[in-house]
Amino acid sequence: MSAVIAVPPAISAVNDFVVKFANVNGSGSASANELFAKAILRMGVPVSPRNIFPSNIQGLPTWYEIRVTAQGYLGRRGGVDLMVAMNPQTWNQDIAEIAPGGYLFYDNSKPLPTGKFRQDIHVIGMPLTEISNATYAEPRQRQLFKNIIYVGALAALLGIDTKVFQKLFAEQFKGKEKLLDANTQALHLGRDYALAKLPRIGLKVMPLDAVGEQIFVDGNAAAALGLVYGGATVCAWYPITPSSSLAEGFQSYCQKLRVDPVTGKHRYAIIQAEDEIASIGIIVGAGWNGARAFTATSGPGISLMTEFLGLAYFAEIPITLLNVQRGGPSTGMPTRTQQADLLCCAYASHGDTKHVLLFPEDPHECFEFAAAALDLAERLQTPVFVMSDLDIGMNQRLCQPFSWDENRHYDRGKVLNAEQLEASRDFGRYLDVDGDGIAYRTLPGTHPNKGSFFTRGTTRNVYAQYSEAGPDYIANVQRLLKKFDTAKTLVPQPVLRAAAQPTRYGVIYFGSTSPAMHEALDALQADHLHLDAMRLRAFPFPASVDAFIAAHDQVFVVEQNRDGQLRGMLINEQQIDPARLVAVLHYDGTPITARFIIAAIGKHLRKV
Amino acid sequence: MFCGTAIGMASSASVNSTSTIACKIALIAPAGANLGNPMTYLAKPKLHHPSLTQNKVCHNRRDYEGRISSLCAGCGHDSISAAIIQACFEMDVEPHRVAKLSGIGCSSKTPDYFLGNSHGFNTVHGRMPSVLTGANLANRGLLYLGVSGDGDSASIGIGQFAHVMRRGVNMTYIVENNGVYGLTKGQFSATADQGSKSKKGAINTDTPIDMISLALQMGASFVARSFSGDKQQLVPLIKAAIAHQGAAFIDVISPCVTFNNHPGSTKSYDYVREHNEAVNRVDFIPPRAEIVVDYAEGEVVEVEQHDGSVLLLRKAHGAHDVHDRIAAMNYVATHQAKGEVLTGLLYVDDEAVDLHHHLNTIDAPLFSLGVAELCPGPAVLAKINAGLR
Ligand SMILES: Cc1ncc(C[n+]2csc(CCOP(=O)(O)OP(=O)(O)O)c2C)c(N)n1
Ligand SMILES: [Mg+2]
Repeated sequence: MSAVIAVPPAISAVNDFVVKFANVNGSGSASANELFAKAILRMGVPVSPRNIFPSNIQGLPTWYEIRVTAQGYLGRRGGVDLMVAMNPQTWNQDIAEIAPGGYLFYDNSKPLPTGKFRQDIHVIGMPLTEISNATYAEPRQRQLFKNIIYVGALAALLGIDTKVFQKLFAEQFKGKEKLLDANTQALHLGRDYALAKLPRIGLKVMPLDAVGEQIFVDGNAAAALGLVYGGATVCAWYPITPSSSLAEGFQSYCQKLRVDPVTGKHRYAIIQAEDEIASIGIIVGAGWNGARAFTATSGPGISLMTEFLGLAYFAEIPITLLNVQRGGPSTGMPTRTQQADLLCCAYASHGDTKHVLLFPEDPHECFEFAAAALDLAERLQTPVFVMSDLDIGMNQRLCQPFSWDENRHYDRGKVLNAEQLEASRDFGRYLDVDGDGIAYRTLPGTHPNKGSFFTRGTTRNVYAQYSEAGPDYIANVQRLLKKFDTAKTLVPQPVLRAAAQPTRYGVIYFGSTSPAMHEALDALQADHLHLDAMRLRAFPFPASVDAFIAAHDQVFVVEQNRDGQLRGMLINEQQIDPARLVAVLHYDGTPITARFIIAAIGKHLRKV
Repeated sequence: MFCGTAIGMASSASVNSTSTIACKIALIAPAGANLGNPMTYLAKPKLHHPSLTQNKVCHNRRDYEGRISSLCAGCGHDSISAAIIQACFEMDVEPHRVAKLSGIGCSSKTPDYFLGNSHGFNTVHGRMPSVLTGANLANRGLLYLGVSGDGDSASIGIGQFAHVMRRGVNMTYIVENNGVYGLTKGQFSATADQGSKSKKGAINTDTPIDMISLALQMGASFVARSFSGDKQQLVPLIKAAIAHQGAAFIDVISPCVTFNNHPGSTKSYDYVREHNEAVNRVDFIPPRAEIVVDYAEGEVVEVEQHDGSVLLLRKAHGAHDVHDRIAAMNYVATHQAKGEVLTGLLYVDDEAVDLHHHLNTIDAPLFSLGVAELCPGPAVLAKINAGLR
């Protein structure tokens, strides 16, 4: 056993550090890395992993970054304490990222790659390839088990109990005893080598009870499940990162949960369309005909959908869109996260259009809001967007378990059936009978001679008869505004977090900024900088947003885009004085960090 | 009185041109009129409405009408609307069980002018196929009628046209093909003849797209061409297409009297009348009806469709086999090269299956399913949660 590394000062931390794996895509590393993350979770210690995968074919480097966080801070921290460098191609870049005093773990079967090197980090070499090749004959096995060997070694270095892995293997390889044994063997190879030959390091995982009932799932899978629970029956989509796994998730959940047990027939229809125009066209047709229909896409897809979005808005067709946001444009940053589609979704299309947006903060809310969006779309007879992003959608995130009330029913909105039509005297598709801006609709095929109408954009009167008359147009779009007001009362309301003491400062944020914001607020408070915080969960903004802003001298608006899109919407929609709203903007494509928010807000508050 | 008709009458007051009234007469042509020459039935005055006899589903012909057309007098599109009305009436289709969808264009306006008791959807330019697909997925229990133009389906919408045929959506898809953009006043569409001159004097140098060939290539399981001025051929073709349980496409040459009816245009009344090569004439026999044939044997081919309806094909010259897709493609191409407009039923797959078959969707319409059928419930969710820890 070697001695503890003493010079230069090694980072020392328990349950609070960042490990980053630099891998080559397709090497089987993803499942090994996930296994590593899950093992720490099973020790009761929260983790927050992130996939970092450039849209780059050459060699396909990928990274997996795990934040181990006793306090449950699930935002990206920034910096790396332990780099597991398995990809020679990215070696220089990976070495450069390690925090001073941090650790480099690498495969020393071959001589060190040439390149820059650092004196302020601790290097741990292990002959992974050598060990694997000596044990396994087949090339694929050698590759796959090399990953498990390094997981075993890291487990030993960090003090993760091998029994935890034993249990995970048992669950994963239930009924496949051969695989179970082989994986256990590989894990032990790594562990035993590390215990015998590697120096001890200052990073430790200690058992804790901070995970509880929480689940570990990615936002796209969660949204897909929410759509199954919420009763979506028609899905049309066109593949695009980072939203593809949402539609694929819907498909796989449906195969398990939506097949008629007697006939084997499907209670759903999924079309991989020829493009996003067709995707939205299909769901517009389905929504018009009474089915709960959705599409999942990302920014470039939204661009293609905008003509139909206008039609759906004016013709009042319920549809649900899940926009998993990424950096724009089409040749932009497809594998990077942003919250930069607010304006393009809120006002998508030509003419005076406005759309309902929901902002989930994590997979739990992806599930909730996906189901809620289906209800809202039918209640409001309009497109509803769930604005997720790559950070939430494509990373497994610890969150509250999904829940579903046994007595929950779908809100199918104002749809007249045959009896109601029979009894009605004066059906007008666009008549505001209830004064809430929402008119009654009918579905094709309902009644032999009542309630049919010809659906078109705006060239019609309240009876859906052709009209180009100005007063008809104005009355209609004014009613649509009234409907948008009604929407304010139906969408998920903002969530407040009050400061520890009365303060003149507030902060508004939304979506995937949430975990970093919680961490930042804790840190700022510890630094005696107090802010009331409001997390917006939907557009249109309810009156409580105005009240919140009015109650503070200055309100920071934190978002992940260049132009302060949410801030602009607050100014325009709520008539807020721009001077009251201070923009805090993060938009380099990486998830926002608490460090960034603390620095930005801290600097501003210390100035005043 | 049915409300659809009542509304149609009321709104007629706002239609000011007398020519549109004349045009409207095409919609209500009597069943027994001589329909060989389009002009004869176009000229029938409105007052000579046929007897208001009821069909098997207790509707008279008027119940299949829509609002007053706003298209130009003599427009081929109006004759097609009339043919749709006649076909649906004679087939005993319940009007409210039809969903009519269209894109944008003069042709796409026409669903307002027939089947006033049906829901209709005037969608966006070139994208009707996707909307129809979605509507069909939501409720497989209705009849879907897609009406489009050559600009709508061959220019902006060629992609969606191709894909809706590939998918085999159960529908009747009619392109009212005038070789021109009518609504935007006479620009070339993608089916315009090469070398033809627009009203403004521009020459079209692009190769025209043949919708029939495209539909055959893309897998449509019922492909026919007809002429708006030949109701005798068109009405049975529409009936057969409606009975067809798959993607049925009819390319209907429909002269644009304002922008593309000049001598030399292959989409003009004169040209089509002179060059119309009818491959066959179809008689449509609904399911379970007795087949009475009075043609000489050998002349007639019986084609039974999936729903039990029978098409009696009176073949003209040649021996085109309507079950042979490749032969149909060759046949169309050969005649097109000669400048002939081949009409009639060109291809049919009697055993066609549709998109729902491919997707294995349940028999009940998806839109009708409720929480009991769709939501797996809290117990299953608890298990899913457990698997995510
Ligand atoms: C996206 C879009 N671009 C352009 C138009 C303008 N536009 C309306 S109808 C039409 C052409 C219609 O031609 P066709 O489908 O042949 O119909 P027709 O009027 O000849 O029956 C065009 C270009 C539109 N409505 N939408
Ligand atoms: Mg045209």
